Amino acid sequence: MKKKLITITAALALGLVSPALAETTLEKVKERGRLICGSSQGTPGFGAPDDKGYWRGLDVETCRAVAVAVLDDKDAVDFVPLSGQQRIPALQTGEIDMLPRTLTWTLQRDANGINLTTPNYFEYTGFMMPKKLGITKVEDMSGASVCVQTGSTTEVVVNDVSTKNNLGLKPVVFDNTTAARQAFFSGRCDALITDAGALASVRATMADNPDNYIIFPATKYMDALTPAVRHGDDQWLDIVNWSIQALIAAEAFGLTQKNIDSFKKSDDPRIRRFLGTDPGNGQALGLSDDFAYRIVKALGNYGEMFERNVGKESPLKLTRGRNALFTDGGLMFPLAFQ
Amino acid sequence: MISALWYSARVRAWAAQIALLAGLGLFLWMIVGNTVENLTARGIRTGFDYLWRPARFPISESIIRYDASDSFLWAYVAGLANTLWLSLLSIVFATILGLFVCLARLSHHPVLSYMTGVYVTVLRNVPLIVQLLFWYAIATSVFPAPRAALNPLPGLFLSIRGVYAPALIVEPGGWFFLIASAALFIVALAVGLWSARRARSFGAPILLAALAFWAATNVVLYVALGRPLKLEMPELNGLNFSGGTNLSPEFAAIIIGLTIYTSAFIGEIIRGGIEAIDKGQWEGARALGLSERVVMFKVILPQALRIIVPPMTSQYLSTVKNTTLAVAVGYPELGLVVNTVINQTGQAIESILIMLCVFLSISLSVSLFMNWYNARVALVVR
Amino acid sequence: MSEQTATYGFMEPQSPPKTARKPFFKLLFGDLLSATLSAVTVLLLLALIPAFNWAVLDAHWTVRSPSDCQSGGACWAFIGAKARLILFGLYPPSEQWRAVLVILLIVGMILVSLSPKLWNARLLAVWGVAVGAMLILMGGGVAGLPPVPTSKWGGLPVTLMLAVLSLGLAFPLAVLLALGRRGRLPIPRAVSIFTIELVRGLPLVGLLFVAAILLPLLLPPGWTIDKLGRTLAALTIFAAAYLAEVIRGGLQGLDEGQIEAAEALGIPYWKMIWHIVLPQAIQNVIPPLTNTAIVMVKNTSLVLIVGVFDMLSAARSATTDPAWPAPSTEAYLFVASIYFVICFGIAIYSRYLERGVAARTHG
Repeated sequence: MKKKLITITAALALGLVSPALAETTLEKVKERGRLICGSSQGTPGFGAPDDKGYWRGLDVETCRAVAVAVLDDKDAVDFVPLSGQQRIPALQTGEIDMLPRTLTWTLQRDANGINLTTPNYFEYTGFMMPKKLGITKVEDMSGASVCVQTGSTTEVVVNDVSTKNNLGLKPVVFDNTTAARQAFFSGRCDALITDAGALASVRATMADNPDNYIIFPATKYMDALTPAVRHGDDQWLDIVNWSIQALIAAEAFGLTQKNIDSFKKSDDPRIRRFLGTDPGNGQALGLSDDFAYRIVKALGNYGEMFERNVGKESPLKLTRGRNALFTDGGLMFPLAFQ
Repeated sequence: MISALWYSARVRAWAAQIALLAGLGLFLWMIVGNTVENLTARGIRTGFDYLWRPARFPISESIIRYDASDSFLWAYVAGLANTLWLSLLSIVFATILGLFVCLARLSHHPVLSYMTGVYVTVLRNVPLIVQLLFWYAIATSVFPAPRAALNPLPGLFLSIRGVYAPALIVEPGGWFFLIASAALFIVALAVGLWSARRARSFGAPILLAALAFWAATNVVLYVALGRPLKLEMPELNGLNFSGGTNLSPEFAAIIIGLTIYTSAFIGEIIRGGIEAIDKGQWEGARALGLSERVVMFKVILPQALRIIVPPMTSQYLSTVKNTTLAVAVGYPELGLVVNTVINQTGQAIESILIMLCVFLSISLSVSLFMNWYNARVALVVR
Repeated sequence: MSEQTATYGFMEPQSPPKTARKPFFKLLFGDLLSATLSAVTVLLLLALIPAFNWAVLDAHWTVRSPSDCQSGGACWAFIGAKARLILFGLYPPSEQWRAVLVILLIVGMILVSLSPKLWNARLLAVWGVAVGAMLILMGGGVAGLPPVPTSKWGGLPVTLMLAVLSLGLAFPLAVLLALGRRGRLPIPRAVSIFTIELVRGLPLVGLLFVAAILLPLLLPPGWTIDKLGRTLAALTIFAAAYLAEVIRGGLQGLDEGQIEAAEALGIPYWKMIWHIVLPQAIQNVIPPLTNTAIVMVKNTSLVLIVGVFDMLSAARSATTDPAWPAPSTEAYLFVASIYFVICFGIAIYSRYLERGVAARTHG
């Protein structure tokens, strides 16, 4: 009895004494010296460890950009693989500092405990099917069984598409990504549904021959896949927002990892403010003034990141499409760095 | 005075107990406080009003009618119905299989007995979830695509999409026919058996005659009611079979896995019960010249039942709890539905609480029922 | 998952008393029943032939490239190629010697602890040191070992550590719960009964959900425990409730005279518990204790459901490599065999212990 009592009192004492520190996320990350990001359980091109266990991908590098801005080290990041239903609680409870993990920006999510930052990828929800079935559009999919992973918006999309076109789709729901993908390739389902970027990733890395599969849109609506932070820390929201903005703005200014140093003496006031040669921007966020310069120096601009991870230089071979700059007909639009 | 109080064992015991209670109360109060603080700080919505909103997500298979336009509450109910259905089937099948396992184990047949020994040992020492994934891997790798489905019997199709069999369509008058037929069967059987026993040597022919009479009335009734039953054949329609009844690979994997796994435990429980019966019972029954089968089924098993019931109950309860592993192979029981709801609504606390309460009430009600049953059985002891 | 009553070992059926011994041939084909049983057995064995062909005769043991595994039989070469991933998960390859050391340390410690003669406080201390060493080895960050975050731990070390730690941490908790439930004081008894029945009424998957999703919300703001730690907490509480019931069984079987004698001698309560009550009570319940150990080893595999990267999760992710055609069955068989070796080992050990106890009490 006594022992139990002692343990309990000790636990209570600890709990009571340890002050609930009202620390900001920025202070916490700086103190820890590392940024902790939620990541997927393996979607190559967006977030997955390579053969040596080094995390790569568009979402992963978005996180590294924040690490550069705050800690000046793109490798000062730990990635925590999270399943679909764990990712939002993990963010809310402070287990991770930010969540760059192909998260669709929806009203319900935004209103319910998390803040969405700046979209780093625009994509429609798509179906992937074997080409030999000869189906190329949603309207022909009547009676198809569809592998779905829970923990995503796609479950609802399957239902909406099926009802709207009167297709009688048969969803087979799995609790995790791996199981859903495996079931699709084993032939358990006719189609796999998720956002088209992830589908391209699955096709490039998991199919025995990627040419045997076709991907087509499930709806005409675009989704904004957006890194998220938790409610209640506006400064941190701003830091993540502007770290992502820095990537996009750099591309709009024509700054790349290679040529950025040559712009240091630029006369353009916007570029000077962007690089921190004219001070003020970084300070406002609680960072050093050259944070945008350091991000581009370490990781390149958004275009470079895109091509490296999911575009021409990657197995996924995705085109920029809607993810091009607004000047090229895309949706990527830099805000004013002033 | 005070020191006397300090050394009084009773006072000390009570003081310690009150301290313990206070400690626990404080602990709970802190947890609730933390939770409330966390929820408000993170802006997480709480409450059960979401239960009445439309769920909008699909459930791949459900034994009760569920549609994506139904409410979240109904989604839970559909998940629970699947859980109970799965539990019921696997308990029934596992008990039957377990009885066979036990009998084979106890048989004097050396090879069979040894083989069942290996069966039991292997199954009990490998985690259930590994077995489920294994069966699911088999179910989705051995069978062909729907277009090349195996067709061993007319109307029966085996493919990677599961088993499709003809469905029985009951038209108006069909239920009347089914009930009447069943009632007639019972009557025919009873009359047949009764008269067969009286007319010893002609027993078998009389029984056959009774059954033939039953079959004949069936045909007459069926035609008279306008052929009220129809078979709906599954047909390959575009990508998949449509019509008929379907056993999905997910359900097949979980039901096979759960049945086989549980049968190994049930077999051992029954064996334990039988072995606990006094040897004198065997010897006495044999001395009376009863056959081995009569000894087993009329003397030993009824007595063993009383010993078997308590461990069997806890085994049945484990089986109900084990159905939650169906998550791993994608069968939508309560756990998977809860997972989905958490993701759709973000209301993790409410969802998990509902799941825990459901399982707790199943466990507690079975325990209470078993206690009552045990008390009854104990009273009958002579 | 409460198989408290049955034993796991392979035991020859003992009774019913043998009928007169028959010649072997007659035993197999003597009467109609035996002949039918023989026929059934032969049919069962025949049904196993395709499985045998698949697993042995048609199997691919070594291949030059993964695509050679296309036809027919099992692809054991896949296991060879992926053994590292299955056994160590995402643990950095250059540091995997540390994971190997951890496995060896656990196995070594278990082997050392096998003999009941060595069970004393010193062994407990050695275990404490060993567990500390394991955690340092896995986690690194000291003595020049590069740090490895728990999100990269995986495979067999995680499975073994979860099993050993959950049982080890649960044991003292279980003793307290059992004493509370058996004791005379009403409040501890109520608390114990409530805790034990609550946990035993819930499926482990439910507890794991609580640990993975809910627990962070219950902790004071700013506190975080990583997922592996939370999973371990759930396993520990689960094990504690089941162990408590086993130990309670042992306490019930204890001769009241032992306690009365100890009290008459004026031995303080905790000394009596530690030196007199527990050793005897535990000796009484060695078979169900080892059963619980087996159940817990098997239960560690459930952490797959909340996304902890144990051996089973690692095996499942190994099967997603598109270069190998559908090797899931082989991967799960491999994992199953490892679990079998561990659990069956415990079962055999349990029987060895029982024999020891029997020899001491009757000899």
